[in-house]
Amino acid sequence: MKNFYFSTEKMCVGYQKPLIKEIEIGLPRGEILCLIGPNGAGKSTVLKSIAGQLRLQGGAVYLEDAVLSEMKREDLARRMSVLFTEKLRSEMQTCRDVVATGRYPYTGWFGVLSKADWAIVDEAMGLVHVTEISGQDFSRISDGQRQRVMLARAICQEPEIIILDEPTSYLDMRHKLEFMAVLQELKEKKGLTVIMSLHELELAKLVADRILCLKGEYVARYGKPEEIFVPGFLEELFDITEESFGANPRLLAYIRQIGSLT
Amino acid sequence: MQENRKYRYFAAFLVLGVCAVVCYILNICIGTVRIGLLELAGTLSGQGGDETAMRILLDIRLPRATAVFILGGALALAGYLLQTFFNNPIAGPFVLGISSGAKMVVALVMVFFLGRSVRVTSIDMILAAFVGAMISMGFVLLVSRRIRSMSMLVVSGVMIGYICSAVTELVVTFAEDADIVNLHNWSMGSFSGTTWENVRVMAAVVFVTALIVFLLSKPLGAYMMGEAYAQNVGVNLRLLRVGIVLLSSILSACIVAFAGPISFVGIATPHLVKKLLGTAAPIWMIPACFLGGSVFCLFCDLLCRMLLAPTELSISTVTAIFGAPVVLWVMVKRKKGG
Repeated sequence: MKNFYFSTEKMCVGYQKPLIKEIEIGLPRGEILCLIGPNGAGKSTVLKSIAGQLRLQGGAVYLEDAVLSEMKREDLARRMSVLFTEKLRSEMQTCRDVVATGRYPYTGWFGVLSKADWAIVDEAMGLVHVTEISGQDFSRISDGQRQRVMLARAICQEPEIIILDEPTSYLDMRHKLEFMAVLQELKEKKGLTVIMSLHELELAKLVADRILCLKGEYVARYGKPEEIFVPGFLEELFDITEESFGANPRLLAYIRQIGSLT
Repeated sequence: MQENRKYRYFAAFLVLGVCAVVCYILNICIGTVRIGLLELAGTLSGQGGDETAMRILLDIRLPRATAVFILGGALALAGYLLQTFFNNPIAGPFVLGISSGAKMVVALVMVFFLGRSVRVTSIDMILAAFVGAMISMGFVLLVSRRIRSMSMLVVSGVMIGYICSAVTELVVTFAEDADIVNLHNWSMGSFSGTTWENVRVMAAVVFVTALIVFLLSKPLGAYMMGEAYAQNVGVNLRLLRVGIVLLSSILSACIVAFAGPISFVGIATPHLVKKLLGTAAPIWMIPACFLGGSVFCLFCDLLCRMLLAPTELSISTVTAIFGAPVVLWVMVKRKKGG
């Protein structure tokens, strides 16, 4: 256990009753873990459980040697930040205001940001290229811009580990790539550990150091990309059969092409 | 940009402050017996003057205006807390049935005690109202767990309000003749007959509660963004929720105990103040809401004493005229925004 920065031990997640059992993850500091699997496989459930927003049905989550559920809120808030699909509500807040809310764990009783805090806010905004919309109302920007502002918010929380639930869903191709580039930059420069769910297998292949495949009651497979992107496995994971796509061989060829690492 | 905002906050507070002072003075001066500014200054500095005017001023108008100031602020703050808690722009102590719940228990207690000719103190009244407020709040919370829809929450609150009002009516019907007059006036909502003893108690309760609310402005700000994000930045959600429920109930209870249920101030004021400030940040909103509620109530109380003088209107009649359109405006605006 202790060799990893982030690990789970027999983690069992679900709402009221167990959905996925015995999840064992070991992730060294500064690596990117991607969760993939079909719709409804429980990717969000796993992420929510890891972030402590859903009570575990069993097992434990560790951050280094500490059990996550026993950590103090304030300490955890300085180490882990999240970006979920749940919309962040804002009212009369500019993008910069929204990003600034990420500084919450570092500010005093009344939550007033210091000059240094604002510098970190602006730096985070520069990193994800949203400086030019910093004065705009957060509720009036596009979904893609919103997602990047949210990333800036998560970054300026200065976490060691960041949890992202389908962060690229609303982004166009260029911004998807930019988003991944930012994560990799943070990983390399600051040793940021990333756990995220992705629908785009190509992106997972591109950036992931480890991949967790979810399907059914147990983890389908956990390992390095070369263990996941092997012929036949993705078809199995997503139930893509010759019968269902037989009439359209090009689609079948597409998944096979992703499925091979080369 | 940051600087501009500060000017705007400063201007907004200046406007609210000036309005509050002006309304307060008007409330003291205007009435069946008019008191001029010079006379007012003379009386207050203790240089004598007319004995009747002084008594009217010191025993009737000053405590009443002060009570309106305090309770108006409390009302707006209760509305703001409830709107934040339920993430519902049309929530308020009146529409959610919390005022009516408080009214019901106060009526029960009053009839019970008066029937045994026991004197009811301000603190008894607040406690009774608090119990009632918590009963209604409990029901509303139960409903809100099952129903996520904004409008249904309000509808169920209104229903709870009706049930409580019906029980109150029943109690009043069976009460002694002499008590009914008192009970009836009070259950319609009115600031009349406030004594200095009342003011002292309400000031203590409301100011302490408001201060605690203000101290919670940081977690409240995080809570407004959504529960998942609030939890992630380290907010103790359960504690905060309990806190909001208790604080808003105390505030609502205090208002009902002294002035009866007052409609629309709690819903409307936060929206008006938010427009004025141009921000929803609790650290500005909380003090501004308090002042805004005070101004709103002082203005309405002035009208309800003046319009049909010497008869008094019930305060809710006047607050509804000014408050209800604001609620309509909020709903229409929301529909447009999707």
